[in-house]
This record gives sequence, structure tokens and C-alpha cells, in this order.
Amino acid sequence: MRRASLRRRLSVRDLLREALAGVAARPSRLALTTLGTVMGIAALVATVGLGQTASGQISGRFDAANATRVVVEASERDTGDSSVRITVLPWDADERVARLAGVAVAGVFAQVDTGDAAIRGLPVADPGGTVDHDIPVAAASTGLFSAVNAILSTGRFFDAGHDGRADQVVVLGRYAADRLGITRVDAQPSIFIGDRPFTVIGVLDSTSHRTELLDAVIMPIGTAQDLYELDAPSALEIRTELGAAQLIGAQAPLAVAPNNPELLSVDVPPAPGTLRDDVSGDVNLLFLALGGLALLVGGLGIANVTLLSVMERTSEIGLRRSVGAARAHVAGQFVVESVVIGFLGGLIGAASGVLATVGVSALREWTPLLDYRLAVVAPILGAAIGLLAGLYPAWRASTIEPIVALRSS
Amino acid sequence: MTRSDAGRGGAFLRPPVVEMVGVGRSFTGPPKVDAVRDIDLTIADGEYLSIVGPSGSGKSTLLHLLGLLDRPSAGTYRLDGVDVSRLSERQRSQLRGERIGFVFQAFHLLPHRSVLENVELSMLYGRIPRRERAERARRTLERVGLAHRVEFSPQTLSGGERQRVAIARALAPAPSLLLADEPTGNLDSVNADAVLDVFDKLHMEGLTLAVITHDDDVSKRADRRVRITDGTLSQVVDHPDVLHDVVQRPHALGHRDVDGVER
Repeated sequence: MRRASLRRRLSVRDLLREALAGVAARPSRLALTTLGTVMGIAALVATVGLGQTASGQISGRFDAANATRVVVEASERDTGDSSVRITVLPWDADERVARLAGVAVAGVFAQVDTGDAAIRGLPVADPGGTVDHDIPVAAASTGLFSAVNAILSTGRFFDAGHDGRADQVVVLGRYAADRLGITRVDAQPSIFIGDRPFTVIGVLDSTSHRTELLDAVIMPIGTAQDLYELDAPSALEIRTELGAAQLIGAQAPLAVAPNNPELLSVDVPPAPGTLRDDVSGDVNLLFLALGGLALLVGGLGIANVTLLSVMERTSEIGLRRSVGAARAHVAGQFVVESVVIGFLGGLIGAASGVLATVGVSALREWTPLLDYRLAVVAPILGAAIGLLAGLYPAWRASTIEPIVALRSS
Repeated sequence: MTRSDAGRGGAFLRPPVVEMVGVGRSFTGPPKVDAVRDIDLTIADGEYLSIVGPSGSGKSTLLHLLGLLDRPSAGTYRLDGVDVSRLSERQRSQLRGERIGFVFQAFHLLPHRSVLENVELSMLYGRIPRRERAERARRTLERVGLAHRVEFSPQTLSGGERQRVAIARALAPAPSLLLADEPTGNLDSVNADAVLDVFDKLHMEGLTLAVITHDDDVSKRADRRVRITDGTLSQVVDHPDVLHDVVQRPHALGHRDVDGVER
């Protein structure tokens, strides 16, 4: 026979055309049906997209200054028998940790109690009397300035010589200098703490940490020890080599207080991975769970509507069977229809998720970061959900007998 | 043996389109029901047969058996010389699509598709290549007088026009048998006449028709009438010259040429 060589089966193109026509016949229903999938896919894409964006943001802010700072402070701890164990930092804490490999520089810091002694600046010769200022006084070892990345606007830092001799010299924080009216140090201006004169040798412009130094009058720790009976340093600032912060954080207490290292409190920057893990751990899990739930509901919605559609189109199914469609043809059409619905939902959902990511990033002034593969995978995920959702209704459609179908009118 | 081989010698040598011998269909109960029994029915090529009977007489069951929508539980049924009881479900679907055109009382047109697409639907599952389908659908719509309605939606058509679309859909794959079930049941008398006129025209062109109806006015248009009562057939003898009639009409020999397709 001449026709035997020609096509016998429904081609993919014909199948797609029939399925698309079936889907397009009821546009409003299509929109409602895809809603669950749209929301689920959008939630997933936005969650992953915002997670990636936030991670990128954290990495960007993760500068060397933060990553290399370790602070050790004296602390107290309940021992359990109603007494409290207190430890103090030794005077040479900075020298002890300086021996550890990975420490770039270390310095100690202390607040100085000057009693009732007020602080006055001299340059202003006011006949009516000078103005007293309530300016905090701090003490520092020579390494502290380097440890907090301090920068001078003028003058110099004190050195080990000043410290050892307990010289009456100070470095002023920039705000303290403003209040005392000191802008230059080349003329060796003096300030008074109570009746004691101190020579100003430098003015701090900025520090990366411990910004209270900018408000303070800072004297060598040896001087504070000598003149104001300082008990002990209150904090040890360590600047480590890049990447050594976690290691030094573990070793420093032992080096500073070998007898009871557990009494010290150590402040270490989080490991680079920890921040990212926190983001994905808390926020992502919740949203991924919500997205998954929405997808499940979306899949059930597609299954439900496709099943309803099968029932409504009994007569169409009967007609198709009567014009030669096999059961597989009928089942195939309904599967493809629900795959198309799922795919459309995935497509719209992916677009919404990308828009949400970009929108939130714009509001937060972040740089949106999104793996482009996500935009490809999302519609395929939608189609897969449609496929799963369509299997049962398609099977039901294929079991409809043409006789039954054609009886209904 | 194909029909065209046999047909060369003349109408008498061509095997009948339908040949039922001792066909019965019972539905396992309880209670067990013999919907039809001992049916011997032959429909010759080019014949216009009507099957009349009241509802509940087994009419629908006979229609389903003729249309390969159901399997006989007894007897043999040959369609175009092929014993259909041995075919698989899938083969029966294919044979149904190629050899039988259905016309239903309820039209069963897809409301969201154009008239042309509705007609093309009957060729979707067959062997006719896609590029030929639209052309064949147009030609078939011309045959039923609907050339001017090709791009219309079925929802805008009158009942008679809808049924003619359904007839075009049934005719497009060039079936051996047009099987109509109460084709005028949903139509007023004017539209019903128009549809029956189309049947007459198709019959004159050589098509084999079987019309199942309870309406005597419809059945009278046929060459030959059989009555079904309580599941058995009996001849209604008011056209004694049926066979001569078939032979004398020259169109009966080559009606497939109307479509330009040999079989």
C-alpha cells in the first residue's frame, strides 16, 4: 500500500500543538493553576539568589582589619562555690604573645583613674582662669598604636624609652586635642592633669578599632603605673598575620595566663566560612522549606485541575478515541498539558525570583549575584513537577472508554 | 487482500464493508443481559442502510460493535474483510480511525478550535502527513457545503452547520463506512433535512452509510432498512430492489477517487 511508508503515529509536533491548544483554551484557569508553581519556584530562586548575594556582600566587607584582630581581656568566672575567680592581665602580656608565630604586633591598654585631677590645656592664657575638661585618660604600651592601626595627624608615638623611664608625655586623640585647643606639637605644648604637666608629643588621627582612644589623653603604661598606681592592663590588643586570627585566639590565653587561661575572655573574628554558613543555615532553610511547600501545593494544584479537566473533557476524549487515538495518545496529551503548565509556572516563577533578588539588592544597595544556571534549572523543575502531577490524571483519562465518553453530550 | 484488488472486477466481487455473522454481546450481570444476539448483518460497499429501533432495543450496542468501540462476545465481525475480533486494542483504535467515520447526535466539536482544526482532528492519529491534512479538510468541507466557514469557531455555527462539520470530520480520512448515531436528534426539521440531503449526496458519490435512528422519516431515506427489536435484527422490506440499485449506480465503483486517494 502506498501509505504504508508514511507516518503512522502522532508526531511530537502534533502532540505539542494539541496540548498547547488544550492549555490555552482556558486562560484564567491556567493562570490560577500555575500560581502555586510560580510562588514555589519564585521562593526557591529568590532564596538561593539572595543567599548568594548576601554571601558576596559578606565577603566584600570581610576586610583584613577585621579578620586579623584578636582581643584578650581579663574576665571573671563563677567557680560554683559562690566565690568568683578573678584574673588580671600581666604587665608584659604583649611581650608574651609577641613570641607566638602569627602575631604581627600586640599592645596593652588600660583606663587610668586620675582621681579628682582635672585636665587643662595651657596654650590658652586666659586671665579669667583656664577651663577644666572632663577628658578620659588612657594608658597604652608602645605596641598598641600599631595593633589598632593608629595613624597620627602630627607628632610621634611614645616609645619604649618613654615607657621605661615613666616620662610625662602623652599622645592626644584628635577629639581630645580639639577640646584642649592643641593643633601642633612642634612647639612641645603641655597639658596638665591635676598639677602634673605632660608634654604632648603627638595627635592621633584615626584608628581601625578601639576608637575611644580618639577621645582620650594617652600616656605610656609605665608612666600610668608609676604615677597613678595602675593595677593591671584591662585589655590586650593583638594584630595577627592574615588568616592566623583563629590560631592566635586559641593560643593567646595560654601564653598570657598559663595557670588559668580559661579565665580570660578572647574575642576572635569569625572564620570566613562561618558567616556564610550562618546565612544559609538560618534564613535559607526556612525559605527553602517554604518554597518546597509551595511547590508541593503547586503540584497538587496542577494534578487537581488536570483531573478536573479530564472529567470535563470526557466527550473530547471519547471523540479522540473514536477518530483513532490510542489510550497512550490520550494519556500523552494530558501529561504534556500538565508539563506545559508546570513549565510556564517555572518560567514565571524564575523571572519573579530573579526580580525579587534584584529588587531587594537594589533596596539594600547590594550587588545582586545569581547563578544564571538557576534561571535555566527552575523552569525544568517546574516541568518536572507538572510531569509528576499529570501522571495520575493522564492515566485516568486513558481509562475512559469512548462509549462512555460519547454518551455524554 | 485489499478492497481495491477485488473491486476491479465489479461491485459483486468486492467484499462487503460489514459482515457480521452470529454476533452477540452480553453484559455480565447480575443480571446477565444479552444486549444483542444472533446478529447477521451485511452492508455492501456503497450501500445506504438505516437501523431503526426504539430506545433499549440494543441499537446503541450494535452501533458500538459496528464502530469497533466494543467487542462482540459471540460471533465474527469482518470490517473490510478483516476479522476484528483478533485485533489488539491498539490495532482496533487504528482501524477505527482509518475505516470508520462517526457522526454523533451531540456533534462533539471542540469549542475552542476552528472548523478546519476540528476536521483535521480526525486525521491526527492516522497516517496522513501533516501538510496534506489542511488541504483534505478544506476539500471535505467543500463537499458538505461549508467552504465559507473554514476559519469559523464552531460556537458561531447553527446546529445544522455544526453537524455538517462533524460529517466533514468523519469523511476527511476517507473511511470505508460512515456511521451516524441519531444524526438529526439535536436538529430542527429544516436543519435535519439539510443534513439528510448531505447524506444523499454522499451516497450518490458512492459512500457506504449506516444511520442508526428511531425516527422513521430519517430511516426512509436509506436504500435498505433493518429493524432492531429486543436485540435481534429483522429486515424492513419496502425496498425490494436494493441490490440492483447498488449495482446500477456507477458512482459506487470508484467513490474513493473523489478524494484522489487509492486504497
